[in-house]
Amino acid sequence: MISKDNVLEVRNLQTSFSTDKGEVRAVDGVSFDVPKGKTIGIVGESGSGKSITSLSILRLLAENGKIKGGEIRYKGEDLTKVSEKRMRELRGNEISMIFQEPMTSLNPVYTVGQQISEALISHQGMNKKQAMVRSVELLKLVGIPSPEKRVKAYPFELSGGMRQRVMIAMSLACDPEILIADEPTTALDVTIQAQILELIKDLQERLGMSVIFITHDLGVVAETCDYVAVMYAGQVVEYSDIRTLFKQPKHPYSIGLLNSLPRHDIDQEKLMPIKGNVPSPHEMPTGCRFAPRCPAATDLCRAKMPELMTDDSGNQIRCWIYSDEWPGEKEVNVYGETRIAKG
Amino acid sequence: MTKYIIRRLLQTIPVLIGVTILVFSLMHLVPGDAAKIIAGEGASDQTVENIRERLGLNDPLYVQYGTFVGNAVQGDLGSSIRSGRPVMDEIGARFWVTFELAFYSTIVAVFLGLIAGIISAVRHYTLTDVTVMIIALFGLSMPNFWFGLLLIQWFAIGNWMPESLEFLKMRPSGWGDDWRQVVLPVLTLGTGGAAIIARMTRSSMLEVIGQDYIRTARAKGLTERIVVYRHALKNALIPVVTVVGLEFGGFLGGAVLTETIFAINGMGRLTIDAIRTRDFPMVQGTVLVISVLFVVVNLLVDVSYRYLNKRIDLN
Repeated sequence: MISKDNVLEVRNLQTSFSTDKGEVRAVDGVSFDVPKGKTIGIVGESGSGKSITSLSILRLLAENGKIKGGEIRYKGEDLTKVSEKRMRELRGNEISMIFQEPMTSLNPVYTVGQQISEALISHQGMNKKQAMVRSVELLKLVGIPSPEKRVKAYPFELSGGMRQRVMIAMSLACDPEILIADEPTTALDVTIQAQILELIKDLQERLGMSVIFITHDLGVVAETCDYVAVMYAGQVVEYSDIRTLFKQPKHPYSIGLLNSLPRHDIDQEKLMPIKGNVPSPHEMPTGCRFAPRCPAATDLCRAKMPELMTDDSGNQIRCWIYSDEWPGEKEVNVYGETRIAKG
Repeated sequence: MTKYIIRRLLQTIPVLIGVTILVFSLMHLVPGDAAKIIAGEGASDQTVENIRERLGLNDPLYVQYGTFVGNAVQGDLGSSIRSGRPVMDEIGARFWVTFELAFYSTIVAVFLGLIAGIISAVRHYTLTDVTVMIIALFGLSMPNFWFGLLLIQWFAIGNWMPESLEFLKMRPSGWGDDWRQVVLPVLTLGTGGAAIIARMTRSSMLEVIGQDYIRTARAKGLTERIVVYRHALKNALIPVVTVVGLEFGGFLGGAVLTETIFAINGMGRLTIDAIRTRDFPMVQGTVLVISVLFVVVNLLVDVSYRYLNKRIDLN
């Protein structure tokens, strides 16, 4: 699965925040690949570090946040090391991003056209007039009716769905290689959600860009992604193709996550919640971070953190069950499902 | 917009009625008899009575008030008791002096305040920020009569700029023709205003810089300069504009101390002198004019909101 066609490779990313209570490692060991023209999903609960991961890629972290280790390779360049000037050339040009809150993500005092134009003027050297013409085209591309009129509208004159379309138009302005969509539909009505998802999918196919889709909604993942990275407590615990994840999830957390979700494709008697809570970033367990909640946890799991291991099919997993060192039984029961241990 | 402005101007009428009633009653509540003051010490009762009759002070208060308002709407604010000249003429001569002082002081305050506030906000919690804010705190806490005296001490009497003493000489007709006269009074008034504007700009900018749309602007790959000056500043300006308006209004009416220190014949001194000598028509006139100015400045501030943020619907 991992090929030379990756536009972005994230390796063991570590991002910390300095807070009053000391340093908090919000992202600690995140690795995944973004193949060209594909959509990868990053799923996880609130606080699992998925948004911090995406902000780290663009180096847009808040002032107290810092990338402490790892690599973010974009076409061979390590984004953790390039200059701020180089980063600005990439932002909004080759890698662009749309955010969760369309209501607050647009500047209230400038028109939609002015805001789309900015990227075109600064990255493509267009003049104001050319940029406006292109802005109208972009609004048309994202399905905004009468774009010639809307280009002069202020954000407050548009609905949430329309604003998210404007955000998308803005992010597509310079034909990016990668679009990072950070929960782009979470703040929208369900019917609008579907439209926006459809739009992103359609645009991705037409423009051939790669998409990093950040969400807590597995339903959205199933609909849009080719690959998925499941995050738990600041780490990637499983990275696989979408089919494998939904059919045969390996990590106990992924299994638990899917079991807690209502599904139409399999018979379910009842939904099973994962017991316990996500550990606080101030008190991370020493071993596997999921061990305190894991029904199959052993002493090894509680004592030592497993590495992210690549299996025969190229999928990645961070769990002792699939290592040679597994001390438990060969057949492991996880949330009512049986997994065969490697050891 | 025009409709809005007309409506706002009509709304000032009740405000002005309130102001006139207040000023009118206050002047009659304070102890002292205007007629006696005008007549001077040792004047006969008959003289005092004549003066009282001439000024209409024997009429019931509501008649006096009615006469005053009736004349005022025709542009006649009566004549000064002290000088005998029409109040409007006296004010007219002094108004531009004060206006110029207030206007330049506001420009200085906005210029210094905005720069200091933006620097502080962009470098918040650094040494620069702390230094700028301590200076601003000084500017805010320093009484301007004291600061004015210090400036005179340093620049005029001291050796820094001895020739500037020349510019401090009183010119009864206003500023005279030398702009250098304006410098010290404007600095005195302007720095206090700058301190308030700096603090307001800083807190407003800090709030805006944390907004989602600032992150969006950065995600577009814009330079920090454009992010700060184009995206953040315009959003942060609304509370600042409010303060600037208040400052300007305050300078117009309340630059008494500065005018006194620098011997400037402006509105502030005119008002104070009128109060001291119980020059009723003059006090009423100046307060009324200052109130109208304040209302107009506030109107301008409100109209500028609309320019800064189209979301604000003036109607």
